[in-house]
Amino acid sequence: MALPPPDPEFVLRGTSAAVHTLHFSCACQEPDFPILFSGSENGFVHVWNLKTRRVDTALDGHGRKSVYWVETMDAKDRLLSQGRDQRICLWDLAEGRTSVTDSVFTENVGFCRCSLLKVAQGRWLMAMAAKSLEEVQVLELPSKTSVCTLKPEVGAKLGMPMCLKLWQLDSGSQPWLLAGYEDGSVILWNLSMGKALSQLVCHQEPVMSLDFDSEKAKGISGSSEKVLSIWSLNEQQNLQVHKIHKLVNSGISDITIRSDKKILATAGWDHRIRIFGWKKMKPLAVLDYHTATVHCVSFSDHRNPTERLLAAGSKDHRISIWSIYTQT
Amino acid sequence: ALPRSGEATRCLRGRLVGRQQPCAWWDHSSNMIACTSFFCCLKRDQDLFLFFSSSPGFCLTMVVETLEQFLQEGRLSALMWEVCQQQAQDRSPELQETLLSKIVCLPDHVSNKLQGKNPPVFFPQNYFPLLGSAIIQVLQKISDSLRGGSDCSISFVSHVLGKVCIHGRQKEILSVLVPHLTDVTKSDCIWQRICWRLVECVPDRWMEAVVLGFVQRAEIISRMLLGNLVVKNKKAQFVMTQKLLLLQYGYTTAVLQNVLGYLSLDSLRRALLIKVLQELLETWGSSSAVKHSPAEQQQYISKAILICLSHLKEPEIESCRQELLASMMAGVKCHLDSSLPQIRRLGMIVAESISLKINTDGPVLKFQYEEDNETRELKSLLVQTPPCSVVPSLPDDDDDDLIPYDMSEDKELKTTKAPVYIRDCIEVLTGSDDVDKWDATIKALENLIQKNPAATREVSVELAKILLHLEEKTCIEGFAELRQRAQVAVLITDPIPVAQYLTSQFYSLNYSLRQRMDILDVLVLAAQEMSYPKIRGKNKHSGAQKPCIQLLPGSDSSKDWRRIVNERIKSKTRRLQFSLGQGQSEVKQGSVPNEFNSIAGHFFFPLIQNFDRPLSTFDLLGEDHFVLGRLAHTLAILMYLAVNAMAVTTMGKALLEFVWALRFHTDSYVRQGLLSCISSILLGVPTEHLLEDMTEELLETQSWLADVVEKDPDGDCRRLALQNLLLMENLKKKLETVPF
Repeated sequence: MALPPPDPEFVLRGTSAAVHTLHFSCACQEPDFPILFSGSENGFVHVWNLKTRRVDTALDGHGRKSVYWVETMDAKDRLLSQGRDQRICLWDLAEGRTSVTDSVFTENVGFCRCSLLKVAQGRWLMAMAAKSLEEVQVLELPSKTSVCTLKPEVGAKLGMPMCLKLWQLDSGSQPWLLAGYEDGSVILWNLSMGKALSQLVCHQEPVMSLDFDSEKAKGISGSSEKVLSIWSLNEQQNLQVHKIHKLVNSGISDITIRSDKKILATAGWDHRIRIFGWKKMKPLAVLDYHTATVHCVSFSDHRNPTERLLAAGSKDHRISIWSIYTQT
Repeated sequence: ALPRSGEATRCLRGRLVGRQQPCAWWDHSSNMIACTSFFCCLKRDQDLFLFFSSSPGFCLTMVVETLEQFLQEGRLSALMWEVCQQQAQDRSPELQETLLSKIVCLPDHVSNKLQGKNPPVFFPQNYFPLLGSAIIQVLQKISDSLRGGSDCSISFVSHVLGKVCIHGRQKEILSVLVPHLTDVTKSDCIWQRICWRLVECVPDRWMEAVVLGFVQRAEIISRMLLGNLVVKNKKAQFVMTQKLLLLQYGYTTAVLQNVLGYLSLDSLRRALLIKVLQELLETWGSSSAVKHSPAEQQQYISKAILICLSHLKEPEIESCRQELLASMMAGVKCHLDSSLPQIRRLGMIVAESISLKINTDGPVLKFQYEEDNETRELKSLLVQTPPCSVVPSLPDDDDDDLIPYDMSEDKELKTTKAPVYIRDCIEVLTGSDDVDKWDATIKALENLIQKNPAATREVSVELAKILLHLEEKTCIEGFAELRQRAQVAVLITDPIPVAQYLTSQFYSLNYSLRQRMDILDVLVLAAQEMSYPKIRGKNKHSGAQKPCIQLLPGSDSSKDWRRIVNERIKSKTRRLQFSLGQGQSEVKQGSVPNEFNSIAGHFFFPLIQNFDRPLSTFDLLGEDHFVLGRLAHTLAILMYLAVNAMAVTTMGKALLEFVWALRFHTDSYVRQGLLSCISSILLGVPTEHLLEDMTEELLETQSWLADVVEKDPDGDCRRLALQNLLLMENLKKKLETVPF
C-alpha cells in the first residue's frame, strides 16, 4: 500500500488576494535567510522570509493591478516584476531599499508571463509579449535595447502568445525561444534570424504553460484541456509530439520542471498539485490542499538538495510549501 | 554329521512350501559351527534367504546378522536374478510366490520378530531404496543377457515392484528406480522395452498401485517410462481414464497433468484423450452431478477438462467441435443455476475456456467474475507452458527510485452541490435529469437521513419505495452500496412502517430477484446496526477528516480515558469464548437498550409467512431456490440478533417449523441456511423454553442433523450439522448440571 501523500510543510497566509506567481531565492548563505517572492492579484509583491515564515516586505509598484510574474536578476536584491498595468519593474531591494529603479512599458494587454535568460555576466535577455497582439519582443537587460521582434508569418492565425521560455544549450551558445500560443501551438524561434524554425500543434486550446529541458531536448505543455503534452526537439530542430498524458481533471495553469530534471510539478484548476517523474512521466503524487485553482508552482534553488522546497500559490490566497522527493 | 548340500536344500524347500519333513540337522541348529557350514553349503541365494527369513525360533541375533550381511553384500539382486533365470524355464511357482512375499515383507517380518529393535537396514525407508537398486542391477543383467541373445523373464521383478507398490512403498522404491531408468532409456531402445515390459508384467491386482506411483512422481519424464501401457492393459486404462479422473478427486493438479500429459504423448493414446474429455464433459455438464457432487470434485473435474483442452490440437478440436459446443451449453446452464458462487464461477471459467478453444476466429464467451488465485490457477492450466518459467520482468524504469504516493483520492472534481433537504432528494431521485445532481444526491443521502430523522419519518415509506426501485442512471462507483446504505438508514430511522413495506414487497409481484435479495440484505444490515448501536456512531468520524487539519491532542483525550482503560483491561484479560456465535464475544461498553429487540417481530414474521405461496413471477420453492437460500440465511441472522427479545420463543418455534418443512431441499445453499437457522434457534431461544415448548421438534431435528452429518454431499452442510449437534450436546450438559 502506497503511503498517503504528505501534508504541506507550512502554509503562508496574508497576501489577502489570489497568488499568481512565485519565485524562490534560496541560494544565499548564512546569515542571509531564504526568500520567497510572491505576486498577487492586488498588485503587491510580497517578500517572504522562509526562516520566520512571515512577510518581510510588501512591494506596491503596479498600481494595485495584478502581478503575474516575478524573477530575480542574479541576486535577491534585483527583482523584476510584471503586472497587469502593462509595466515590468526592476526593483532595488538592497540594504532595505524598496524602490523601482527602472521599468519597461510593454503596452501588452495579455496575460503572458515574461521569460528571463542570463546570457553573460551582467547581460540578460528578456522575452515578452509585445504591443502588437501576436508578436514577441526580446530585450537585452539591463540596457533595454531590443534584440529582435518575433512576428509570425502573415495569416498564421496563432493568436496571442500565452507563455514563453528562453533557453540555451549551454552558456555562451545561441539562445532560443519556445512560445506557446492561443491556438494551442508551440513555436521554436531562432532569435538571431528572428525566424520560426518549427511549429507543433500540441493542444486544441490555448497553451497555458510550458517548460523545456534542454539536456533531454524535451518539453511539456499544458492547456485548459484534460491532457499534458510532452514533445521533443529532434536534431533537425523539429518539434514532435512525444507523448500525451491524460489527467483526471482539466486545466493546467503552470508547469515547472525541477532544476535537477528529475521531477516536475503542475498547478491544476482542480485545486491540486501533481508531481510526475520527468523521465517517463510516471505519476508520483497528487497534493490536495488548496480549495481553489492553483495558479503557480515553483521549486526552490537551495544549494543543498535535501532542503529543496516546492511552493504553490492559489486563488484561495494561500501559498503552500512542500518538501517532497528531496532525497533523490 | 553335516547334511549334504542337496539334502539340506530339499529339506528346506519342503519345509517352506508346506510339506513338513522332520530333518535331523534342525535340532542341532544351536551348534554354531554346524550352522555356519550348513549355510555355506546352501549355495544358492534363494535358499539361504528363504531359510533365514522364515526360521522361527532360530538363534535370532545370528539370523538377523546374517540377513543384514546378505543385504549389504548386495545379494538381493543375485537372488532375484536367479529367480528370473529359473522363470524362463518356468519352474516352481510356489517357491517364487513365497520368495516374493519374503522379499517384499522382510522389513515387517524382521520388525515383528525383533519387536521393533531392528537394525536400520531393515527400516522401510532404507530397505526399499536398497531393493530398488537391487532391481536396477537385475534389470542390468537382463539387458546384458538379452543383448547376449539369451531369453529371460522379467515378470518376477514386475511382481516385486507391484507388491512393493501395493504395500504403499511407491515413493521409496520409485525414487531410486525412476531417475535411473529415465537416464538409461533416453537413448537405448532395449532398455526402453525392458522398462515397458517391467510395468506391463505387473499383475492386474497391483497395477493400480504401480500406475499411481508413477503418475504421482513430479518428474514429467516418469510418464514416458510407462510406454503404451494404457492401451495394452485394461486395468491400467481403467485406472487412468476412469478411476483417477472421474471417481476420485483427491489428487493434486500435478497428478492430473501427469496423467493427461501421458495420454497426449502418443497418437494411440490421443484417441483416449478425446474420449476422456468427452466423459469429463459429460460429468461436468450433468445437472445431477453439479447438484450432488462435492465442490472439490467439481473443481477437480474442471481442472482435468482444462488440462485436456490445453493438450488438444486444432484438427482434433475440429473433429468434435459440435459435441464440445453441445456439452458446453448444457454444462454452463446447470452451473449458472447453482446457488454456490464457487460452482457458478467454475462453470464460467470452463465454458470460457471451451469457447476459446472452439471459436478460433469468432467471438468467444466472456463472463464477469472476480479474479483471484483460484481462477488464475485454473486459467493457467489452459496454457501448456509451466507457470514457473515466467521470468520476472526486469525493472526498466529509471523513475523507480521515486516511489509514488497513494493517488487513489485523485478523482474527478465535482462542482454540483448536494441537496440539503430530504424532500429535495426525493425530487432529484424521481424526476431530475441532471446526472451530476443525481450523483451528488445519492452520495449525500445516507448522511442526510441520519441527520434528519424527523424529516425522514414524514416520508420514510415513500423514500424506501424510491430507493427500492432506484436504478443506476450513470456509472457511479459503489452505487449499489450507496443505495443500500441509504435504505438501511431509512429502515433504522423509521423501522416499523418501512419494515412492513419492505417485507410486503418481498412477496409481491413484479420484482426482480435482485430486488428481493436487496430487501433481505437491507433487513439484515439494519437489524445488525440496531442491535449494536455503538457501531453506528463510531464509523462516521474517521472517514471525513482532512489530513491537514490536526486538532491538538489533549482536549479530546480526557473523555476517552474510560475507553483506554477498558481496552487495557481487555488486552490483559484472557477470555474463554465459545466460538460458534460470532459477535457474542463483543464486549459492550456501557449499556444501551437493544433497539432491535422491540421490533424484531416486524422484521421476522412477515418474511416467514408466505414462503410456500408461489406467485406467477416468483416461486421460492421452485426455481428461485437461490432466494430461498438467502431467505433462510436472513431468518437465521434475524433470529440470532433477536436473542433477548420478547418474541424470541415464538420466533424460534416458527423458524423450526420452517426448517422442518424444507429440510430435504436439494440445494445445498438452502440446506446451509436451514442449518444456520437451527444454530440461531439453539443459541437464541432460552434453554428452558426450548425444552418445554419444542422438545419433540428438537428430538426430530437431532436425528435429522445426525443424518446430515453422515450423508450430506456438501462439506459445509456436514460441518454446520456437526456444530449444531455439539450445541445440542452442550445444552444437554447444561441442563444436567442445573436441574429445574
